[in-house]
Amino acid sequence: MWQNAVNWLIYDLLGLDKSSLFGGAVNFFIYDVVKIIFLLFVIIFSVNIIRSFLPPEKIKEMLAGKNKYVGNVLAALFGIVTPFCSCSAVPLFIGFVESGIPLGATFSFLIASPVINEIALGLLWNYFGLKIALIYIVSGLLIAIFGGVVIGKLGLEDWVEDFVYQIKVGKSVSRAAKLTFKKRSKDAWIYTFGLVKKILPYIVLGVGVGAFIHGYAPEDLLVRIASKSNPFTVPAAVLIGVPLYSNAAGTIPIVVALIEKGVPMGTALAFMMAVTALSLPEMIILRKVLKKPLLATFFGIVTIAIIFTGYLFNMLI
Amino acid sequence: MEIKLLGTGCLNCKKLEANTVEAITKLGIDAEVEKVTDIVEIMSYGILSVPALVVDGEVKVSGRIPSVNEIMNLLKV
Repeated sequence: MWQNAVNWLIYDLLGLDKSSLFGGAVNFFIYDVVKIIFLLFVIIFSVNIIRSFLPPEKIKEMLAGKNKYVGNVLAALFGIVTPFCSCSAVPLFIGFVESGIPLGATFSFLIASPVINEIALGLLWNYFGLKIALIYIVSGLLIAIFGGVVIGKLGLEDWVEDFVYQIKVGKSVSRAAKLTFKKRSKDAWIYTFGLVKKILPYIVLGVGVGAFIHGYAPEDLLVRIASKSNPFTVPAAVLIGVPLYSNAAGTIPIVVALIEKGVPMGTALAFMMAVTALSLPEMIILRKVLKKPLLATFFGIVTIAIIFTGYLFNMLI
Repeated sequence: MEIKLLGTGCLNCKKLEANTVEAITKLGIDAEVEKVTDIVEIMSYGILSVPALVVDGEVKVSGRIPSVNEIMNLLKV
């Protein structure tokens, strides 16, 4: 229905040539911007309602005193839905460590949060179907669980800045129970609207690049550069993705266009995960609480895991 | 009334500050606003996510940005 409406607008109303590259690119652009904005409203709103029941203070309580491996699994699961604006990384980390949650479980949480992005998940499901979305979520969870277990096993507690262990965290009060559903919806609505407004430039830019690739990139060029048989394309996609720190919503249209043009799914996904999960701002913020070797270990594990996911997808699909 | 804004100085913290100042101006009350960026002091309030709004030593909101109206209601009581 949407496609028909957009077709009518572009080809009938604006009179662009249906068979021209320009017409195709403009069509892709309008169709995608409207569709992504609609999906974002649905996804961000739903996730926010869930989040309002799971404030970080409550998650901390649920994780404290759990068996090591159960803790890793739970922490990874919580990492999917928890708000984790990079400025909250430090208080979250200190709070977890202070309440006795093992370093490994804390890292399972820290890894899952950026690697499994709920917006990316929702958009992947919509564009590529449930199977791809599930592989994305399962591989992300495995990365977070095993990454956390490995860090826990390495015994890197000394690589946390010393002041973290001296901080006394005040008694926290959980306010989740006091909220009515009406209040939760209102908050979620305000948050959703604010966030969509904030990331809109990224979406427009992302869809613009996607539309350009869709309309102009010659098929065989991309297939030649990024074929499954070339083992270097996945790491290369990750390397290209890291400095492009952006929003998942802005990256998906590029990923969709790349896949349409024949880039293997795993390579395109590794690119998206690198863009969203490996961010320089977060690294700078985490440096406040982690000494350099631990910070490097954390980013190393995430990088290797993303490359692994890329190969896995390329193998499976 | 003593109001503390806890945060590390990201965009969300600045928005909270703007909303708080607007709420105080609208209410026409006498309040002292202090920005807390020291992580040790932030943690002493037992919160895990910023920004947070503390009124007379009590954490009222954390991890989200309350609207001007919500802050006005919090300050009236």
